Amino acid sequence: MLLIHCPYCDEERPELEFRNAGEAHIARSNNIAAESDEDFEKFFFIRSNPKGVIFERWRHIHGCARFFNAARDTITDRFLLTYKAGEPKPDLTKLAADAGPAAWANRPPDQLNEKPKAKRPTKGEA
Amino acid sequence: MAGSYRISGQGRLTPAKTARFTFDGKAMTGLSGDTVASALLANGVHLVGRSFKYHRPRGILSAGAEEPNALVTVERDAARKTPNVRATVQELYDGLTVNSQNRWPSLSFDVGAVNDLASPMFSAGFYYKTFMWPKAAWHKFYEPNIRAAAGLGVAPDQPDPDHYSARYAHCEVLVLGGGAAGLAAALAAAETGVRVIICDEQADFGGALRYEKGAVIDGQDGWSWAQATVAKLAAMDNVTVLSRTTAFGYYAQNFVGLVERVTDHLARPGRDEPRERLWQVRARRVVIATGAIERHMVFANNDRPGVMLASAARTFLNHYGVVVGKQVGVYTANDSAYAAAIDLKKAGVGIAAIVDLRDNPTGPLVDEARALAIEVNHGRAVTSANGSQRIKSMTVQAKGGGAERTIAVDALLMSAGWTPSVHMFSQSRGKVAFDDATKRFLPGTYAQDCVSVGACNGSDSLEDSVAQALEAGANAARDAGAKVSKGTALKVEASEGWTGGMLGSGPGAGAGTTVKAFVDFQNEVTAKDIRQAVHEGMRSIEHVKRFTTNGMATDQGKTSNMHGLAIAAEALGKDIPQVGLTTFRAPYTPVTFGAIVNHARHGLFDPTRKTPTHSWAESHGAVFEDVGQWKRAWYFPRSGEDMHAAVDRECVTVRKAAGLFDASTLGKIEVVGPDAAKFMELLYTNPWEKLEVGRCRYGIMLREDGFIYDDGVVGRLAADRFHVTTTTGGAARVMNHMEDYLQTEFPNLDVWLTSVSEQWAVIAVQGPNSRDIIAPLVEGIDMSDEAMPHMSVREGRICGVPTRLFRMSFTGDRGFEVNVPADYGRAVWEALWAEGQKHGACAYGTEAMHVLRAEKGYIIVGQDTDGTVTPNDAGLDWAVGKKKTDFVGIRGLTRPDLVAKGRKQLVGLRTKDPRTVLEEGAQIVENPKQAIPMKMIGHVTSSYWSANCDRSIAMGLVLGGRDRIGETLYVPMPDGVIEVEVTGTVFFDEKGDRLNG
Repeated sequence: MLLIHCPYCDEERPELEFRNAGEAHIARSNNIAAESDEDFEKFFFIRSNPKGVIFERWRHIHGCARFFNAARDTITDRFLLTYKAGEPKPDLTKLAADAGPAAWANRPPDQLNEKPKAKRPTKGEA
Repeated sequence: MAGSYRISGQGRLTPAKTARFTFDGKAMTGLSGDTVASALLANGVHLVGRSFKYHRPRGILSAGAEEPNALVTVERDAARKTPNVRATVQELYDGLTVNSQNRWPSLSFDVGAVNDLASPMFSAGFYYKTFMWPKAAWHKFYEPNIRAAAGLGVAPDQPDPDHYSARYAHCEVLVLGGGAAGLAAALAAAETGVRVIICDEQADFGGALRYEKGAVIDGQDGWSWAQATVAKLAAMDNVTVLSRTTAFGYYAQNFVGLVERVTDHLARPGRDEPRERLWQVRARRVVIATGAIERHMVFANNDRPGVMLASAARTFLNHYGVVVGKQVGVYTANDSAYAAAIDLKKAGVGIAAIVDLRDNPTGPLVDEARALAIEVNHGRAVTSANGSQRIKSMTVQAKGGGAERTIAVDALLMSAGWTPSVHMFSQSRGKVAFDDATKRFLPGTYAQDCVSVGACNGSDSLEDSVAQALEAGANAARDAGAKVSKGTALKVEASEGWTGGMLGSGPGAGAGTTVKAFVDFQNEVTAKDIRQAVHEGMRSIEHVKRFTTNGMATDQGKTSNMHGLAIAAEALGKDIPQVGLTTFRAPYTPVTFGAIVNHARHGLFDPTRKTPTHSWAESHGAVFEDVGQWKRAWYFPRSGEDMHAAVDRECVTVRKAAGLFDASTLGKIEVVGPDAAKFMELLYTNPWEKLEVGRCRYGIMLREDGFIYDDGVVGRLAADRFHVTTTTGGAARVMNHMEDYLQTEFPNLDVWLTSVSEQWAVIAVQGPNSRDIIAPLVEGIDMSDEAMPHMSVREGRICGVPTRLFRMSFTGDRGFEVNVPADYGRAVWEALWAEGQKHGACAYGTEAMHVLRAEKGYIIVGQDTDGTVTPNDAGLDWAVGKKKTDFVGIRGLTRPDLVAKGRKQLVGLRTKDPRTVLEEGAQIVENPKQAIPMKMIGHVTSSYWSANCDRSIAMGLVLGGRDRIGETLYVPMPDGVIEVEVTGTVFFDEKGDRLNG
């Protein structure tokens, strides 16, 4: 079970209190009725699903009930940062550099014994 | 003496404390403190089971958790039969009943052993190849027979009568493993004052000190030191000591699952004691001290009963006082087996010979063995164990081949070296690294706040292990916030230690051989199988593992993984690190379903929600149905009535007189604030700004994709206050949906959302007499048609308590919904019931409610819609505000597929035979004579017998349905084709006059 820091309660609480709410930083258009099919497709259907850092929304549903954003590594499940809704997207390069070594799961065997790089390769920066 | 193989003066058990048990019905005696394995060996029993696939006789390989062979069924009573218990783990208690598994008719004569002769059929990947033809035979013949013949123990057939408990725990330092390293780490951490939890899977702490006789720590022999240290730790307030507790899973952020076996070792468990206790521990730092596991040698028939790990034989002797044979052979590739041979020899056991694969073994242990006149054959190999139900002799040959020599033995001890237990480290997502010098995987890069110490970290000596552990324990405590540092020291005065060994198959079982040299005992994977997998094209170790099932049995390859890897690497012509290691997964050893499920069963599996009138309905004979977590009154049968009769009567009574229905389960949300109407405009398709205070409207909520998400009647109580109702099942998700938009998309709106589902009881009073029933009880509300028309809401009092009185109808007849504070729900219901009796009313349940609404073509979201239905599809276009410029779903509704022709539309379906009631979910076709598979153009969503219409009624989603009205379509069923006519969705009172009647 993950520990998640709620930026509103300013407390680290168990995952049971939270619910994931999908990818973050996908804004609904103020004039959605006039959006092109392509733009609506991007807004509603397309998600980045990265192997690496994802920005996603969580709700502290059994706590303060607030929605907030998080940067989480999908390989290690490690939360790099949580921040309030409406705050800007944090700098990914800095976050990744601070995050420490990645887990080895899913690495090809010939890379298994490689020394961890200072900066992790991250795909799908979105 | 409890067993003829028990030696007096050996071991730590008390001879006077005997315990009786039976094995396959035969009475035997062991000692308190024995495991089933040690007690069986004390009685000279080596044959304890039959193997999974070939039904080969199997004995006891190990003395611990890694045991792949000695799986037995432990029976307490009819309901308490636990299969696949490792005999090396189960502690003996007086009266224990143990049975062997996977044999028929008996352990010594087993019909299934014919599989061993047919073994070429069962080679690697046989599932994928052998039984593919003819296709039809798989279900009828192959699968049932394979299932009957193969397998482990038999699952119990009665509900588990035991209970299990669960605890969450937090600590600064969690120590996994209670051997010398674990104890030292725990001691160093505990003395700083931080909270420490230490667990070990065995009944007693001490780990390898159980059999290592040579250790002396702080002036005591190793075992005594371990017991004194545990006692010291247990006496400290900040330390929790958990024996018989396995750390089975290491999860994210130092969350570790432990399972404590509380009563499995007790003859008469207390009734209040849980059988097992699940610990979910969150630790700031974890010290992994899980030790190492000895590997077997891979040679022909290395699975014969009597062939076992050297350390196991040593454990049985030094701890349990049991000798595993009278004339024992030893086959080794490292020093540790010498220690076993020396201990046994000193205890008076004949050592037939030590066969050492190494060319020129030297060192004190080799010298001591020779000094004890034990024959040491170096540069030689055991190429076969001979005998069937017990080893009778071993065949010895020089490594490079040559003359064979047969030596009579009744037990054979083997050691190929030691594999560090990196399971927990690997589960923590740490990255192992291959140490080329010692040919083993060791902890490499850490992913979590943990540290490995001792043998699992590659330490080969007790001095190193203890020094590492003391430092790690103190550091872990310091990093976790300890204020003081104590500098705990321990003096290791004597110890044992060895290194080296070999990986892969031994001589006689190499490439080109077809002997049964087992790598994985439990899943019966031989060296040949692994080579065959490579030969057949498997390149990745993950593929080799799955093709052969190596390491996939319940022992998870604790003894087999490294051998399998080495053989695959050799066959592939690659180095071991290039081939890679398969992933270690939780659980480390099997965990019972009981421990995982724990309290979450029966009534505690899921909350049960009951409405305020539940007890009234119960006392009036209601039959209930589950709707999500709710118990809802389904129908109220009178004596002699079946469901059909009761529902017919309820439906007719509502339309003729009136009916009372508990609608409290509806979701209710109060939307309040200066921007409440604006918010409603955005969340629902309908226009809300112009809805007058005191009026209601049927609202439809969409998802952004344009499909119907929920519906319900909304009343406007004030300019800034809406009382929103949702479907019963949708209450929580609608609230979440609203909060999501309010918090993240429309945070500028000044609106508050409050769930009031549980605060209001809702009593629907429906039917022509409904007003007459309610009016006498109401104060402050004019209920005349002029003052309170259909779709209006008033606040006032009923029976002296506040009410929100809605005039609305889900039946198509005049109707009201009386909202009162939940605590008054039952009292107001009873008052209404008493009034209702004067006017011929009945109580009706959810089934009648469904029929009545279907008679009027009112939809139920989730039954007549399925997440792909637009308002237009459902015939509800009138509820979409045409002038609106924004609401959730407005863009989705204009997607090309949603405006295209030929969508499925909701229509009525009238069976040509009015007595035939369609089956909900049945498929609809245009031409019933077409070939199968037919083109299905829709399905039945709702279908009932309607007593009011005196015929069956149904609705369905049909391709281009509204253009088909008047057409005949067909519903093919197993017993014939049903003809239906496509109609409108209203079956009763088409003009809607009765709403005001």
